[in-house]
Order: sequence, then C-alpha cells, then structure tokens
Amino acid sequence: MLSISTNALFGQLLLGLINGAFYAVLSLGLAVIFGLLNIINFAHGALYMMGAFVAWMLLNYLGLGYWSALIIAPLLVGLVGIVIERTMIARLYRLDHLYGLLLTFGLALIIEGLFRHRFGVSGLPYVIPKELSGGYNIGFMYLPLYRAWVIVASLVVCLATWYVIDHTKLGSYLRAATENPELVGAFGINVPRLITLTYGFGVGLAAFAGVLAAPIYSVNPVMGANLIIVVFAVVVIGGMGSILGSIVTGFGLGLVEGLTKVFYPEAASTVIFVIMAVVLLIRPLGLFGKAA
Amino acid sequence: MKTVNALIIAAVLSLTAAAAAAEDIPVKIGVLNDRSGVYADLAGEGSVIAAKMAVEDFGAAAKGIKVEIVSADHQNKPDIASNIARQWIDQDGVDVIADVPTSSAALAVSEVVREKNRIFLVSGAAASDLTGAKCSPNTVHWTYDTWALAHGTGKAMVEQGGKKWFFITADYAFGQALERDTAAVVKASGGEVVGSVKHPFPGQDFSSFLLQAQSSGAQVIGLANAGGDTINSIKQAAEFGITQGGQKLAGLLIFITDVHALGLETAQGLVLTESFYWDKDDGTRAFAKRFGELNGGKMPSMVHAGVYASVLHYLKAVEALKSKDPKAVMAKMKEMPSEDPLFGKGQIRADGRHVHDMYLVEVKKPEESKGAWDYYKILTTIPADQAFRPLGQGGCPLVK
Repeated sequence: MLSISTNALFGQLLLGLINGAFYAVLSLGLAVIFGLLNIINFAHGALYMMGAFVAWMLLNYLGLGYWSALIIAPLLVGLVGIVIERTMIARLYRLDHLYGLLLTFGLALIIEGLFRHRFGVSGLPYVIPKELSGGYNIGFMYLPLYRAWVIVASLVVCLATWYVIDHTKLGSYLRAATENPELVGAFGINVPRLITLTYGFGVGLAAFAGVLAAPIYSVNPVMGANLIIVVFAVVVIGGMGSILGSIVTGFGLGLVEGLTKVFYPEAASTVIFVIMAVVLLIRPLGLFGKAA
Repeated sequence: MKTVNALIIAAVLSLTAAAAAAEDIPVKIGVLNDRSGVYADLAGEGSVIAAKMAVEDFGAAAKGIKVEIVSADHQNKPDIASNIARQWIDQDGVDVIADVPTSSAALAVSEVVREKNRIFLVSGAAASDLTGAKCSPNTVHWTYDTWALAHGTGKAMVEQGGKKWFFITADYAFGQALERDTAAVVKASGGEVVGSVKHPFPGQDFSSFLLQAQSSGAQVIGLANAGGDTINSIKQAAEFGITQGGQKLAGLLIFITDVHALGLETAQGLVLTESFYWDKDDGTRAFAKRFGELNGGKMPSMVHAGVYASVLHYLKAVEALKSKDPKAVMAKMKEMPSEDPLFGKGQIRADGRHVHDMYLVEVKKPEESKGAWDYYKILTTIPADQAFRPLGQGGCPLVK
C-alpha cells in the first residue's frame, strides 16, 4: 500500500476534499448556531437527514426535481428550525449549555424515530440529476461531475456565509447581538428575531447539505446520526463558534480522513477523534478558537 | 335441582378445562433481532409477523400447542443479544430463540442457548461458522450462510470470466467470513485475489475504497458488506463510472430490501444469491401477499421467509413428539425432512445446517419491471446438495 502512485494519491486527496465539503457545510451551520446563540445543536444531524428526505418527498409527491429541492428543502427545514427555536429553544437561553444540548439531542431522537417509523431504515433511492451525471477523466482519476459540483456549491455557500457574518452590516449586528443583546436592542434592533432567523439559517445549511448528499449517500433516517459526531469533532477542533475555523477544519479533516483510508483504512473512522484529543491537549480552545 | 344441575355442569366444565390445560404444550418463542438499526427492514418486525403467520398456518392452538411470541431489539450488539437471551431463558421461560441477524450476535446467542439447552433457529445471520467450527447441537441455521453466498455469486462471476477480484470488506466477523469464503471459491475456480480493503462498520463514503479497487486492475469488485454499506458502495460505484469502465460488482450479500432502497436504475444488472424470492411461484406469492398486508405493503425478505419456515418446522416436531424437550425436538427436526411453500423440500443436517435450493438472480432493468417489488430474474437454481458447504468440510465436531 505504501507504494501508492502519485496519481492515486491525488485522487484520494480530491476525494477527501469532497467529503470535507460536507463536513464544512455541516460544521459551519453548527458553528453559526453556537457562535451566535450559544446552543449546542445536537439536532443538526437529524435536520440534515430531513433535508435529504424533503428532497425525496418533493420529487416523489410533487414531482419537483433536484434544483428546486436545493432551494425549497433548506427553506422548509429552516422553517421547521424556526418553529423549534421559537417554541422550545428560546426558553433555554438563560440556562446552562447543557440544557440546550439535552433538548436538541432529544429532538434528534424523536425526529429520527418518526422518519424510521414512516420510511424504515433501508433508505430511499434518489437519482443524480441528469445535468450532473457522468464525469470527466482528469488525468489522475475519473471525477464524477456531481462530486465536482458538491465542492463548488459547498465552497460558495461557506465563503458567502463567512463573508456575510464577518464583513457586512447584518453580520456586525449579529455579532454585536451575541456580545451584548440589551445594548443592541436599545439601538432599535429586534434581537430575538435576529436570533431566530440565525437558527433558521443554520438549520437551512444542514438541510442544504442533506440535499447535496441525497444522490450519493443512502437517504435513510440514520444518515445524520452517523455524521453528527464527526461534525462535532470538526467544530471542536476548529474552535467552538469560529466560522472560518469550521470551514478550514472541515476541508482539512476531510483530507486527513481520505489519506487514512489509503494507508490504514481500519482507522478511518477514528482518526478524526485522535486529532481532536491531540488538539484539545495542546490548544484547548481549538485551532481557531479565541478566549471568550 | 337446578343448583345441582348447575354444579354438575360447572364440575364437568372445569374438569375438561383442566384436562385441556394438562395436554396443551406451552411454547414460548423469542424473536431476537435488529428492530431499529441497519437490519431492521430485512429482519425487524417483519420476522415477528412471519413467526406469527407460521403459528397461525400450523394451527397450533387446535393441535394442543399454546404458542406465545415475544420480541426484543439486540441493536446488533453481541453483549446485548446474549444478555437478552439469558434473561429470556432464565426468567421468562423462552424455549426457542429465532432470527438473530448480525453474525457476531448470533454466535454469542448460540453459546448461551447451548449452555442452557434450548433451541436456536437462526435466519438472519450469515457466518458459516455457526454450522462450522462453532456449531452447536442446539442450533439450526436455516436461510443462508456466507459459504452459500460465496459459492452462488462467486462461482458464477468467475465462470463468466471475472478472474481477478478485489474485496471491499466490512471490518467485523461477518465481512471477514464472507471475504474468506469467497476468496476460497475464487481461487478454487481458477481466479485470483489482487487486493482487499477493510472499511470501518458502518461506513458512509466508499469512494476512496472504490478508487483503490478501480486502480487495482481487478475485473470483479466483491462487496463483502451488507445493508447500508452495500447500498452506499453500489450507489457510489455507479457514480464513479466503475461499472461503465468494465469492472463488475459482486454484491455478496444483498437483500431485496436493499434493491428496493437502491432503485432499479442503480441496482440493475447486479447478480446475487438468494434463498427465497416472493414472486417465484404461487406458494411464495400467496405468502407474500398476506405478509405484505401485515407489513405496510413491503414484501418479505429471505430472512422473514426463513423465520416462518423454521418456526413451522419446529412446531411440526413438537406436535409429532407431543413434547418440547429440546434434545428430542432437535433430533426430530433433523430426522424429519422439512417441507413448506417457501423453501420447498429440505433437510437439517447433523451440523445444524438446513439445506434447500438457492437461486442465482439478476436485478431487472427498470423497463423490465412490471410493478412495485418486481425486481429479480431467476438465472439458475442451485440444487440443495450443491448450494451449501459439504458436511465434512466445515470442521463441526458434531459430524463424525
């Protein structure tokens, strides 16, 4: 295995980057929610799964294809997120983080249980859209068009989110509202609405990743549960709440995992946690974390 | 006078009731499987339904056997499975444990059942070790095993010219057994294994392993995994142009529920081995229709069929003996040939292996399918005497 050719290595690195794209979009949503709401959103995996299922339902019940789903599913799931935030999470802001974690963890179990009851566990088929099927031989590997699209779409969404939060007026309101909600409220800004919309947006990101995943992974009720723990590790390594940190770490860990799959595949599911342990020992706040 | 009459009637009634109770043999069957995880669709509640149908079709109540069915979720974990088995037998008086998918869990339960001297009817688990080196006088392995799958699919692929193999294997007891058994068949039929990779279970993204398989120069990629792992592998193999590139996929354990999840668009052309297909003949169709009505329209998998047939055969043995003594019943089950509408005629061997015909099937193209669940073309029937490992080769100490 150590005699792997440069070509094959490039191929594996690219695949790692693609998986990293999923980690990045998911951990970005988590980081936004944690950074601005101080909620550890354990329901993120379940909402990601919901995104994939909504895409399936739009196709099978309403005949709406992939492209519409890419817009509609995040909106619908984001709306579900807003309802959850207004009716439940909003009551917990003054309490310890642990309460938010327990509530969202419970919600995740309920959502997954409902989908399992309705759809079973084997999953549902979702075909790659015609425009994105096929692929190109790019010299060192065969790159499916859809995977290339996943990287591009994720990068655009990640960078746009980072730009809005770090470089626009809206972003500055958001950041200020997190620092000092009373003061920002005194300037006439509706802080609770801002927070609700932020949660809805973070959840929408999860659903967006779910729609991206539907054609290549099995669409089943546990697809999020398998992923959420890894994504949490990504957020912890990047630094809880750091937007740029979660994006960079998401792509970076995808690469590391990809390399592990080549050199020692049995460890592919644990390598991220080893890195997490090491990072926590050396930099307890994560690679990009700042002291509160 | 009236009171005397009433008393007499009451006395007679209670006597006959007591007599009936004394004759009734109470049997408790525990269906132990995955009810919430990756194997819940191919086993799960469907297996409980199948067991109940067997009791009903046998007419147990009319034949003086009072059957109670209980069920539990072992979450695919061997320790949970053996704990439940122990509790069922010690505290709840369970006589028979049925199904138990996930080979590692089934091997653990087999030990418990042997130690406590009860009966274990395996349907969902695959490892051929259950009737090989780790066979037990208390275990019957009904539906299929890794040896049968390896020989059915493996041999057919080599005969079609797929000589060079690469394995993508789930890294636990089942995957390793399946790879081992298939590699042996491939080599024996004149092929070679050019590489293999073991992936963590359960996995999500298989593209990295598929790419390794692609560059290995293999003609056939053997998927020694199951459930969601196989579904993701096949989905992603199509995406990476592996099948278009001339390499063939051999799904070594694929259930009809997996084909349903993949959709025919992605699954078409896959060759696989099954012991049961619901649309094979009138008997299987009649069973499937009733099963579907009780199971939300979903057709039975071979695991469900195996639970039905093995419970039916067990009840026949109890009826013949008028006793549920495990040793006597096991001897009777092995002595009587089995016959049911799902597997036809069969026989349980000394090592506990139930032998019956197996089928090599191909998944239909979307345009060939006439409706929901119309998925397979049966290519060949593998006769019972060739479908399973020869009795002497398993290393089972019960075979002398």
